[in-house]
Amino acid sequence: MSELDVATIRKDFPIFTRTIRDGKKLVYLDSGATSQKPQSVIDAEVNFYTKHNAAAHRGAHQLAEEATEAMESARQIVADFLGADVDEIVFTKSATESLNLVAYSYTSLLTKDDSIVVTEMEHHANLIPWQQLAERTGATLKWFEVDIEGRLDLSDINQVITEDTKIVAITHQSNVLGTINPLEAIVARAHEVGAVVVLDACQSVPHMPINVKELDVDFLTFSGHKAVGPTGVGVLWGRSELLEMLPPFLFGGSMIENVTMTSATWAPAPRKFEAGVPNMAQIVGLGAALNYLSRIGMEKIFLHEVKLGAYLIKKLSALEGLRIIGPQHMDARGGTVSFTFGDIHPHDLGQYLDAQGIAVRTGHHCAWPLTRKLGVPATTRASLYFYNDEGDVDALVDAIIGAKKYFGRP
Amino acid sequence: MELDALYQEVILDHYKHPQHKGLHSTYDAQVHHVNPSCGDEITLNLALMGDSISSISWDGVGCSISQASVSIMSDLVIGKSVNEARVILDNFVELMQSKGLKTGDPVILEDAVSLAGVSKFPARIKCALLGWMAYKDAVLAASNK
Repeated sequence: MSELDVATIRKDFPIFTRTIRDGKKLVYLDSGATSQKPQSVIDAEVNFYTKHNAAAHRGAHQLAEEATEAMESARQIVADFLGADVDEIVFTKSATESLNLVAYSYTSLLTKDDSIVVTEMEHHANLIPWQQLAERTGATLKWFEVDIEGRLDLSDINQVITEDTKIVAITHQSNVLGTINPLEAIVARAHEVGAVVVLDACQSVPHMPINVKELDVDFLTFSGHKAVGPTGVGVLWGRSELLEMLPPFLFGGSMIENVTMTSATWAPAPRKFEAGVPNMAQIVGLGAALNYLSRIGMEKIFLHEVKLGAYLIKKLSALEGLRIIGPQHMDARGGTVSFTFGDIHPHDLGQYLDAQGIAVRTGHHCAWPLTRKLGVPATTRASLYFYNDEGDVDALVDAIIGAKKYFGRP
Repeated sequence: MELDALYQEVILDHYKHPQHKGLHSTYDAQVHHVNPSCGDEITLNLALMGDSISSISWDGVGCSISQASVSIMSDLVIGKSVNEARVILDNFVELMQSKGLKTGDPVILEDAVSLAGVSKFPARIKCALLGWMAYKDAVLAASNK
């Protein structure tokens, strides 16, 4: 398999032509927070507003027809990308909204005798909605712990996922540790007790081939903006029978079948979950984004990131005082690497890196219970994507060495 | 370099040798402040004697800016009256909001003028203010006691 030509790929991303601070080259290592956008995605949004803008699924005119067609084509692109049926694709404004949608919609379906299972490595967006669902329904919240290497401890899987478990909500790939979770065992146990699996795939859909039927999960969500798409659009995929069974979360225009002054009935999914005029330009942009990723090839992207991740870990590990928080080898791991460095606080390190043109994330990465468990109030995180190369890693490592000198000055 | 305006020697000195760190067991008010976007935390104990601030002690985790700033603040306000401290606090907040346009009054702010560079980095202003906002809360709680 031929390797990615990163130099050519970067030409698709106009942001790489600008400089940072005092004319420094941009080294963007924060794709775990949001990815950069290729020109084709920017053009798709501009083109929608320039030529086709109207309210989709409303209006009796040509523009409304074209807007509807553009939006529904994007839905088909998403469905094909995930190996799903088109009616199983719900557009939301974010993955956070998708997770809240599922959690709210399950309110009437859970009782105090039920349990919900999460993990200690969840992003707040896949933790708090379930905490709140447990609070509303009286259900018990349980979780898998994380071991010292940053892997899920599944040794007590039959005690965590039990006969009363109705929902197992889990991240596919940790946004802090880079850990890719072993779904097979978890899905098998969840289905054994009749629970549904809700997969937070924000950090996996942009980075590896995903097929919802092969994963055998029940719900999956990701956000457009982490997959070279626009902000303001998220995807919720759900098995059609589950989407049919679930009550809606947001009420309003376009999600109805019939309305009287005192009652309403719902349109079939996915429309049932898409109240209000949707973020059409962003949905169209997401379609362009997934087409772009498909042209590059998800398998190639994954292999590139694993290879580059191995290089990053090797180079970081060689630095004295640097501690990688998470798996130390690339087995079941993506290209997101968190670390601490001596007694330089991550904010200070991040600030120094920024002055060299290097963009990283610092803090607890919206996964506070996890960083607490691992005994680090904050970390520095470098997250790779297919437009990064070894030169970016070398720049990071050189700058970390520079930071030691800078902050160590007498 | 902009970075040097941020990381002045005085700041790194306070970071390496924080003043009044380590909580005293007697106090009139104890507050705990958190910076939820980054995880920085501080616990601050404050004692009053009449109208003057007789003691501030603190403990916390955070970046050099947040830790140095609380160290500098403690040095500044201990021994001052509550009213004098309010003038210092107001001056400091104004300096932080100045977007790099003010250098701060060294007579009032002393070492805290070294934090002037922070005002050019919007993301770091909350770091510098963490300890000061904890102080503001603590003095209010102690005064109402």
